[in-house]
Amino acid sequence: VDGVWVAIGADSVIFAILFMTFMQDRLKDPALFEMSRHTLNVNFGGIDTLILLTSSWSVALAIQALKRDHVDRVPRYLLGGALTGLLFMMSKSIEYFQKFAGGLTPATNPFYMWYFTLTGIHLLHVVFGTSLLTYVWIKSRRAAYSSLNRVVPECVASYWHLVDLLWIVIFPLLYLMKAA
Amino acid sequence: MSVLRERVTLVWLGLVVLTCVTTWGLSKDLFSPAVAVVGIFLIAALKVRFVMLDFMELRQAPIPVRVAFEAWPVVVAAMILGFWFTTGAVA
Repeated sequence: VDGVWVAIGADSVIFAILFMTFMQDRLKDPALFEMSRHTLNVNFGGIDTLILLTSSWSVALAIQALKRDHVDRVPRYLLGGALTGLLFMMSKSIEYFQKFAGGLTPATNPFYMWYFTLTGIHLLHVVFGTSLLTYVWIKSRRAAYSSLNRVVPECVASYWHLVDLLWIVIFPLLYLMKAA
Repeated sequence: MSVLRERVTLVWLGLVVLTCVTTWGLSKDLFSPAVAVVGIFLIAALKVRFVMLDFMELRQAPIPVRVAFEAWPVVVAAMILGFWFTTGAVA
């Protein structure tokens, strides 16, 4: 369990460094970053945030149910978490498709390099987390977990909440931070 | 167990409201850029804190672990706002 917290802490530090490097690059050409930011769809980012918050909530409910040995309720909450993870992937795919169709790629300019890097690395986290949630959902359907045996689902849940909180910062950084 | 009575449900509702405030409120041109950006990142830091304390259950964690994790949103928001105020205005 300690290893999971070390991994979560290390990942958080790496993202903090990425955020700082983004801000350093923005310092060099704020006008370009502001112009590029306006080409992003704020509604997509906001809805993505609501999807991940709902996903995290569902997974948190699964852990609460597990602690109280309401094991029959655990699979449905975990499935809710996995399905909302899939929904996030679909939303991001549509957004990426629109960007590519509009000729916007990581090579377009430094802002778009950062947009695809930060959202891309985060999306990989979502894919990995959704896979883990699917695994614990399948196991929970066979009543593999209980209040006395919940280390694996708790570790997966903690990782999933990390994915949520990283997006809580990435979203305003890319979509909402207007120029002075 | 009533889902509505769970603390995580109240926290989720609060996070949803805060997300709507920043996405469809503060980001509009009703406020000066400085007010909007400071508000947006203070709210983001607050949201991260609640995800850590209530979803990740760090409220029950040993104090050193809790302090280490709670420092993250503070440091990240301070760093972003520090850079933002250092960056020149766009003409």
